[in-house]
Amino acid sequence: MAELNKDMFVIKGKNTMKMESISRPSLSFWQDAWRRLRKNRAAFVGLCIIVLYALLAVFAPMFSKYGFSDMDTAAMHAGPSAAHWLGCDATGRDQWVRIWMGARTSLAIGLFSAFINMCVGAVIGGLCGYYGGKLDMIMMRVVDILYGIPSLIITILVMLVLGKGVAPLIIALCVVGWIGTCRFVRGEVYRLKEQDFVMAAKVLGIPDFIIIIRHIIPNILGMLVTNLCMAIPGAIFQEAFLSYIGLGIAPPNCSWGVLAKEGIQYLRIHPHEIIIPAFFICTTMLALNLLGDGMRDAVDPKLRGTE
Amino acid sequence: MAEKENILELKNVVYSFHTYGGEVKAVRDVSFEVRKGEILGIVGESGCGKSVTAQCILRLNPEPPGFFGGGEILFKGRDILKMSNKEIRKVRGGEIGFVFQDPMTSLNPTMRVGAQIEEVFLGRTGVTKKEVKNRALEIMKLVGISDVEKRYRQYPHELSGGMKQRIMIAIALVSRPSLIICDEPTTSLDVTIEAQILDLLLELREKLGTSIIMITHDLGVIARLCDRVIVMYGGKVVERGTADELFYDTAHPYTKGLMNSIAKLDTAKGEKLQPIEGTPPDLFSPPVGCPFAARCDYCMDVCNEMPPEVYQLTDEHATCCWLQHEMAPDNDMKKKPEKKGEVR
Amino acid sequence: MANETKQPLVQVKELCKYFHVSRTAELKAVDGVSFDIYKGETVSLVGESGCGKSTTGRCMIRLYEPTKGQVIYDGKDITKLSKEEQKAFCKKVQMIFQNPYASLNPRMTVKEIVGEGLKQHGMSREEVDKKVEALLETVGLNKDHMSRFPHEFSGGQRQRIGIARALSVDPEFIICDEPISALDVSIQAQVINMLKHLQETMGLTYLFIAHDLSVVKYISDRVVVMYLGTLVETAETEELYANPAHPYTKALLSAIPEADPKKAKANERIPIKGEIPSPINPKNCCRFAERCQYATDRCFSEMPKLREVAPGHMAACHLLDK
Repeated sequence: MAELNKDMFVIKGKNTMKMESISRPSLSFWQDAWRRLRKNRAAFVGLCIIVLYALLAVFAPMFSKYGFSDMDTAAMHAGPSAAHWLGCDATGRDQWVRIWMGARTSLAIGLFSAFINMCVGAVIGGLCGYYGGKLDMIMMRVVDILYGIPSLIITILVMLVLGKGVAPLIIALCVVGWIGTCRFVRGEVYRLKEQDFVMAAKVLGIPDFIIIIRHIIPNILGMLVTNLCMAIPGAIFQEAFLSYIGLGIAPPNCSWGVLAKEGIQYLRIHPHEIIIPAFFICTTMLALNLLGDGMRDAVDPKLRGTE
Repeated sequence: MAEKENILELKNVVYSFHTYGGEVKAVRDVSFEVRKGEILGIVGESGCGKSVTAQCILRLNPEPPGFFGGGEILFKGRDILKMSNKEIRKVRGGEIGFVFQDPMTSLNPTMRVGAQIEEVFLGRTGVTKKEVKNRALEIMKLVGISDVEKRYRQYPHELSGGMKQRIMIAIALVSRPSLIICDEPTTSLDVTIEAQILDLLLELREKLGTSIIMITHDLGVIARLCDRVIVMYGGKVVERGTADELFYDTAHPYTKGLMNSIAKLDTAKGEKLQPIEGTPPDLFSPPVGCPFAARCDYCMDVCNEMPPEVYQLTDEHATCCWLQHEMAPDNDMKKKPEKKGEVR
Repeated sequence: MANETKQPLVQVKELCKYFHVSRTAELKAVDGVSFDIYKGETVSLVGESGCGKSTTGRCMIRLYEPTKGQVIYDGKDITKLSKEEQKAFCKKVQMIFQNPYASLNPRMTVKEIVGEGLKQHGMSREEVDKKVEALLETVGLNKDHMSRFPHEFSGGQRQRIGIARALSVDPEFIICDEPISALDVSIQAQVINMLKHLQETMGLTYLFIAHDLSVVKYISDRVVVMYLGTLVETAETEELYANPAHPYTKALLSAIPEADPKKAKANERIPIKGEIPSPINPKNCCRFAERCQYATDRCFSEMPKLREVAPGHMAACHLLDK
C-alpha cells in the first residue's frame, strides 16, 4: 500500500464526468448475435459448410473441363478416380460437375421458395397481428383450412397443372408454405404491439405504417432469419422428393433429386451414384439445421446482455 | 434478543461472471454473519451485488458464466463451497429456504400449489405421503392462508399476488429451515399487501425462531423488520450496524445519501429531495479506490486511489470509509472509533 | 395551484372503460371517474394494482377508447377531434411509461429514439441532432450516449431517456404513468427532482400516477385516490394527508413502511383484511365494503356518492353521512 499523507485527505467532492460513464463496448443487436453465433461451434461449422457448397456451386462447374451434359462413353458408371473426382453416371456424365450444377438448382429453389414464403407469411401475419379485427378473423380461418389439407397433395396438384420446371416448382412450394411463418409472425406482432415502446410511438403521433417498419419489423427480424434457416432444408427436401418421383425438374436439367432418382436404379452395382447425391442432400440439411439452431440461440432476447 | 451464535458466516467472498467483454466482479470481498433468530437486512441498489451474494450462498447461479474467486461460506460450521452437489441439494430447501422476488414467475404455472410445497420433500426418506400433505397444510395455515384445503388444490394463476408470495414463503419454510433468504419479496406487491407480508415475517420469526436475511432497496422495510443491517455498494459492504445505528448515527456518505433521497411522510413540500447524482459504477471495470468515490460529496484524493479500510465504531457498527481516518478533516460523518483498522 | 375561476386544462367526466373478458364477464377497469386538472398543477392519481389508474391515464391520451364518459382537453372532446387537431393533440399531450426496460425500442439508438418525434413533425437532420443533444443534457446525459443502445443503460438512465423523448415535442401536459416504481430509491429522487424542475421552467402540467404515497405527497398539488375503478377520495395534498376521510385512504396511509425504525415499530397500523377483489362483474355497492372494518349493511347494497367533507375535499363513503 502506498504511503498516506495529509494532502490526500482534502475533500474535493463528486466527479461529474465519471459518474455517468458506461465502460462496456457498445454492441448492436446483430453484432451481438454474430458474436454469439461464432462461439457456437456446431452452428459455425454449419455456416462454413453452406458457404463452401454455395461457392462450389457457383465456381466448380466453371473451372471443370467437363460440361454437365458431356458424355464420356468410355467411363460409364465409373467410380471416383483422378480423372472424374466423383465418378460418372450411366451415360458417362461427370458427377462432380453434375453435383454442383444440381446444387445450383436445389439451393436456389430452396432459398427462393423459403424466402418468398417468409415474405408472404410475414406480411400477412404482420397485418393480421397488428390490425386484428375482421381481417384477422377471416385470414386465420383461411389459414386453418389450408393447414388442414396435406401440403404435399396441394403441391403435387399444382405441379400437375403447371408442368415440370424450376418456376412451377417454386410456385408450388409457395402456395401453402407461408402458413407457418404467418402464424408465428402474427403471434409475435400481437405481443409486440402491446409493448410500451410501441405505445410511446403512437403517443408521439407516428403513423401505423412507420411503426410497423421501424418498431415491429426490426424486433422480429432475428426470428424471421432463424425461421428462414430452418425452412430452407424443408424446401430442398421437398424439391428432391418431387424430382425423385418425377414431378419436379425434368432431365437433362439436374438437381440433387434428379441425380438421386437416376442413381437409385444402380444401387446394388454402382452405389456411388446414389450415395453421393444423398450425402450432399443430407449434409446440406444438417448444416442448415445446425445454423438455424445457432441463430435461434444467438437472437434469443432472454440471453441478451446476461453474459 | 438474538443469541450471538452464528448460523451463517461469509468470509471475503468474491464472485464474478465471465462476459463478452471480460470479467465482471459482482461481489468483491464481502463478509458478514447471520446470528440465530435475527433478521439481517442487506440494503443496496441495483447492481450492488446483493442478489448475487444471496444466490451464491446457495450456489444458485449457473456456474459458467459465474465462478467463485475466493472466500468461504460457512453454514453451521460447514463450508458450502466445498460441498458436493448432493450435499448442497440437501441444504437448499431443507436447511436454508429461499423466497424469490417475483411470485408470478417463481411458481410453476402447471402445478397445483400444494404439490409445489410438497416438492421440497421429494426424495426424502422417512416421511409418508400423508405426513407430507399434513405438513403442507400446516405451513399454509401458519402463513395466513385461509381455506387451506381449497387453496391446496388450486393453481398459481387462481391466486392473488399476496397469496402467491405467502405460498413462496410456505415453500421456503415447510421443512423448518434455520435460515431463510428473502430476495426483495415485497417489491412487486401493493403497499397494503406488503404490510401484511412484513407482519407475517415478524410473526414467523417469533413462532419458529428462524433467522431471516432480508434483501431490499426499501429503507422502510429495513426500519420495520431488521435487527441488523449491512449496506452494499459496488460489490462491497460499505457499512454495517444495528438498524438504529444506521438510521440515527449514519457513518457512510452513501447510506446518508440514501436516507436523504427518500421522500418521507414528513418531508415538507417545498423541500428539495436530495438524490445521489450519477449512476452506480459499471462492475466491468470497477474503480480502484472506493466504489462510491465518483458520486460522493466528501470524496478525497485518497478515495480514488486506494480502497478504504474498515473502521469499527461500536460493537456492531462498522464502516468502510476514509472519512474515519485520523488524517481526514473534521466532518459530520466522522465518529470516535472505539476499535480501529481491522481490515477483514 | 388550483384556480377555481379559470377553465381546467383537462376535464375527466364520468369516464368508464370496460373490457369484455368473456360473453358474460365484463372487467370494469374504470367505472365513473371524474376530476379536473388545471394548468400548471400536478394531480396525482393514487391506488393499488387493479384500481384502474393506468387505464384512466391511457384513456386520457387515447391509447384506449373510453367506453362511456368524456375526456375534455382545452375545451375539446378528445374522441371528436379532426385530423389536424389530432396531430396537435399528440404534440401537446405526452406520456412517460412505467417500465424503463420495455419503453425503449431495443433496436434503436438513443439518438433515434429521442429524435423520432422531431423527425415526424418535420425537422431537418441537423436540427434534430442539435435538439436531441440539448434534450439529453436537460435530463443529465450527454453526447456520448447518443449512439448507444438502451440495453447498455441502467434503469434510471433509461427512464431519463424516456423523459427526453416525451419532452422532444414540447408538450404542455404530461401523463406520468408510475415513472419511478421500477427505479431504485436514490434514482427515484433524481427523476422526481427533474420532473419538478422541468415543471417550473417549462410550465408543464402533470398527471402523476403512482402507488407510493410518500412520493406523491412531495410532488402533487392535489391527490385523487382510486379503488377498484372508482374514485374514493380527492383533496388538496396537505388536507388529504392530515385529515384522510375514507377508510381506504386511512389504511393506505398507515401501511406505508416508514424509513425510521422508532416510528416504524411504534406505528399503529390499521389492519386491512383480505385481498384486492377482482374487477370483473363488480357488485353495484361500495367496492371497499368487503375489506372495510367499519362496513355496514348499507355499504353492501348502495353505491356511495362523492360528498364534500371540507372545502375542496370530497370522499365517497356512507359513514360520512352525518
